Amino acid sequence: MEQSIWIAILASGIIAGTPILLAALGEMLTELSGVLNLGVEGMMLVGAVTGFMVALDTGQPWWGLVAAIVAGGLMALIHAFLTITLRANQVVSGLALTIFGTGLSGYIGKSLIGLPLPVTFKPVFLPGLSNIPILGPILFQHDLLVYISYCLVALLWFFLFRMKKGLELRSVGENPSAADLAGINVFVMRYIFVIAGGMLAGMAGAYLSLAYAPSWLENMTAGRGWIAVALVIFATWHPGKAFLGSFLFGTIDVLGFHMQNFGILIPSFFLKMLPYIITIAVLILVTRETKTRRVAAPEALGIPYNREER
Amino acid sequence: MLYNLLSGWRLEKRGTVSQVMMVVVPLLSIVVGLAFAGIFIALTDKNPIDVYLLMLEGAFGSAYGLSETVVKAVPLILCSLAVALAFRMQLWNIGAEGQLYMGAFGATWVALSFPEWPAVLVLPAMAAAGFIAGGIWGLLPAIPRAYFKVNETITTLLMNYIGILWVDYLVYGPWKDPKGLGFPITAPFSEAAILPAFGVTRIHLGLAFALAAVLVLYIVLKYTRWGFEIRVSGESAAAANYAGMNYIKNILLVMFISGGLAGIAGMTEVSGITQRLQHGISPGYGYSAIIIAWLARLHPVAIVLVSVVFGGLLVGGFSIQTSGFPAATVAMLQGAILFFVVGGEIFMQYRLKWVGKGRSA
Repeated sequence: MEQSIWIAILASGIIAGTPILLAALGEMLTELSGVLNLGVEGMMLVGAVTGFMVALDTGQPWWGLVAAIVAGGLMALIHAFLTITLRANQVVSGLALTIFGTGLSGYIGKSLIGLPLPVTFKPVFLPGLSNIPILGPILFQHDLLVYISYCLVALLWFFLFRMKKGLELRSVGENPSAADLAGINVFVMRYIFVIAGGMLAGMAGAYLSLAYAPSWLENMTAGRGWIAVALVIFATWHPGKAFLGSFLFGTIDVLGFHMQNFGILIPSFFLKMLPYIITIAVLILVTRETKTRRVAAPEALGIPYNREER
Repeated sequence: MLYNLLSGWRLEKRGTVSQVMMVVVPLLSIVVGLAFAGIFIALTDKNPIDVYLLMLEGAFGSAYGLSETVVKAVPLILCSLAVALAFRMQLWNIGAEGQLYMGAFGATWVALSFPEWPAVLVLPAMAAAGFIAGGIWGLLPAIPRAYFKVNETITTLLMNYIGILWVDYLVYGPWKDPKGLGFPITAPFSEAAILPAFGVTRIHLGLAFALAAVLVLYIVLKYTRWGFEIRVSGESAAAANYAGMNYIKNILLVMFISGGLAGIAGMTEVSGITQRLQHGISPGYGYSAIIIAWLARLHPVAIVLVSVVFGGLLVGGFSIQTSGFPAATVAMLQGAILFFVVGGEIFMQYRLKWVGKGRSA
């Protein structure tokens, strides 16, 4: 097989992986604070439709991006209020967010289906870096949002493992009572990171509707929000591994479309199943692995914090 | 700030779950949820009250609307029972949608393979095939859940996409009706493979299946040792093991039956309604089921009532589509209702008490 085809596949794998990466980084922050948010799919959809609507209206994709981030954050705020203040069941609240987000995005997006977006995020070749053989075309010939996602991976890693606030965040997710006693405001911390997670999910949605597609289609996330939730588990709550995982998934996603070029004729329905099947398979493998290696979910994940029962 | 919205108030734990609140909270949730979603409807320059009245009229305002509401309630009851059974054991089966599709696939396979069979033979065989196919779809994610604690929320959900794509593959590919003018549909079923309907309505025998399932599940959960085991296992796996219950076996069994019930919903839909397998047989029954099960507090009899309300919501949703509202409107309303159900739960277990500012809540 020609090298250039593989480079093209890997480069589109990065692009296809970007929305999953952004959403997974957001969910990672949320989960590290001890809150599970299964509403990623819904927040992404609302982000995607809001971003598209505003970009279409203003003619500015950047305004679309900002709007998507705000919309994702507002969606997450609902989850934060229900699960942190009202101590609601996090699984059900997250599912509600996904169902509501799917409905809301379909509702407001009805008139936008199929409209072309005149200005989208265009690839920007990074001077110098984009000329590196093999790596350049794979990693550095994309739009700015892809580069922002790289920066976010590095920033989050630094924040989580090198900054005091990051340590505080993890302590809130591991042992909120102890964190509370140490003077950390568990409630504020959880609010901030649930909302931050929603903002990243909104951004992930905007990536789909403003750069990847770029258009609006009902349910255009097609389960990517759920793959992102699974990815957080594979990545064992580590931003670097989330990057590798999303790259892998993006590549699998696009590989399907290239199968025909390789002379492999499989009905497209089976190719579309591939990302879901592989997500389940990897989830099983990784869960077995993490049990033996003792890298587990934040201890307090899914448990509402109640000061009076501390 | 929202996080200290409750400062000055104290949440006092009630001795027992409030019986009054158990009824008031779900009812209020529906009303407040509709009001909340109404904000978004109003944002698109439509009057939400007009919209809701139109929906109410469509769903309950005529004999036809009412019968259609019951028609929609059938798969909702079956899927909600499926979800509720699993939820009782703290198993988050959110794969009822895919299990429904697989049940429809199993039933269709029987109907198309044995077109000469009489109704007394083919209908039970279709129901059995639907149950088994849906059951297997529920069992597959249950195996890694039981043995390796693999998160079943994510796996059951992802299985939905696979199941729906599988049915799409069949109706766009090998099972496509050559006389179907290119539509993604299979050949129509034989007369025998169609569930009989009551009178001129589309209400079919599947309603009896659903009500029988309600009765059986109610009795099993309330009066049998196994029903007790499920409840204990849901509360604590350790306690279940200690009491000599086979926790792993129960996970597998519950998920198989859960998937099977959703599979039956798939069978009744293809046999009673579409009378062939086709693309998009469910408008999200499996997802609505999560909301219904939660609103009904996992109680089989309450599920029937809530399913009728949600059936009405779906029929109402169809009737506003003719005035240009998208199908997604219903999902928006359902999601909004669920927000208030989960948010309101705290009031079943706690009561709000004013203790004054200054002291922390």
